[in-house]
Amino acid sequence: MPFETAPGLEAGVLLASILFCLGLAGLMMRRNIIFMLMCVEICTNAAALMFVVAGAHWGNADGQVMFVFVVTLAAAEVAIALALVLQFYHRKHTVDIDQLNELRG
Amino acid sequence: MNFVFYLTAAIAIISTIMVIFHKNAVHALLYLVTSLLAVAVIFYQFGAPLAAALEVIIYAGAIMVLIIFVIMMLNQGDSTVVQEQAWLQPTTWVGPAILSALLLVQLILLVSSGQISSTQTFHYIGPKQVGIALFSHYVLAVELASMLLLAGLVGAFHLARRRKIDQGDSNNAI
Repeated sequence: MPFETAPGLEAGVLLASILFCLGLAGLMMRRNIIFMLMCVEICTNAAALMFVVAGAHWGNADGQVMFVFVVTLAAAEVAIALALVLQFYHRKHTVDIDQLNELRG
Repeated sequence: MNFVFYLTAAIAIISTIMVIFHKNAVHALLYLVTSLLAVAVIFYQFGAPLAAALEVIIYAGAIMVLIIFVIMMLNQGDSTVVQEQAWLQPTTWVGPAILSALLLVQLILLVSSGQISSTQTFHYIGPKQVGIALFSHYVLAVELASMLLLAGLVGAFHLARRRKIDQGDSNNAI
């Protein structure tokens, strides 16, 4: 059954693109590892929005199925990443990502 | 009803901009929650109520609370705002901002060039249809997702544990 209250597909795609580019820009700008993690969440969320919008456009449930998997992935990723942040802060007493340069030759 | 969509989209974009430019981590996290709630409203408008509910419960609820707990455990205090001020100079962020803006312009041109089909009706997809698809076609992926969550649980427990040996000799890797 058609759903009348939403604008076109292009508006949803544009919103997802804008949110993804904002998250990408933030990921490159920040040096605080917690802010970088938040920006990764923004990017993941934009991709999930794209899945849902496309699934709604073609009347297919696969978009929301993919959304469920994206949320699962984001939850697992953020748990691992926050554990790494805790270990990093425990060792270095900072959240500056530039301090993780011990692999240099 | 398009007005509601555009208002919600504006809220999402503005709060996301506040996330990437804010100095205080907790305030940025609150803006991020606002952005996720706005995206949940957009999901509801696109006829995906299950996705909207999951967005509120898991993203804005569980994941954000997890990040809040880690910020509390790090307990950095007020000095971080000054530190962020020093890290976020215009010379550092103008390059990534320009490159991301170029990428965004490319995406907008691609979308507006008319490759996407023109029918503008959206279909309501309820939780029942999603559940049927999830446990018929995608049942193997559901099992794989459960194994991913188990691996995440074990990995997070292993990584976040504090060990006394590593405290003395920080050069020893895991």
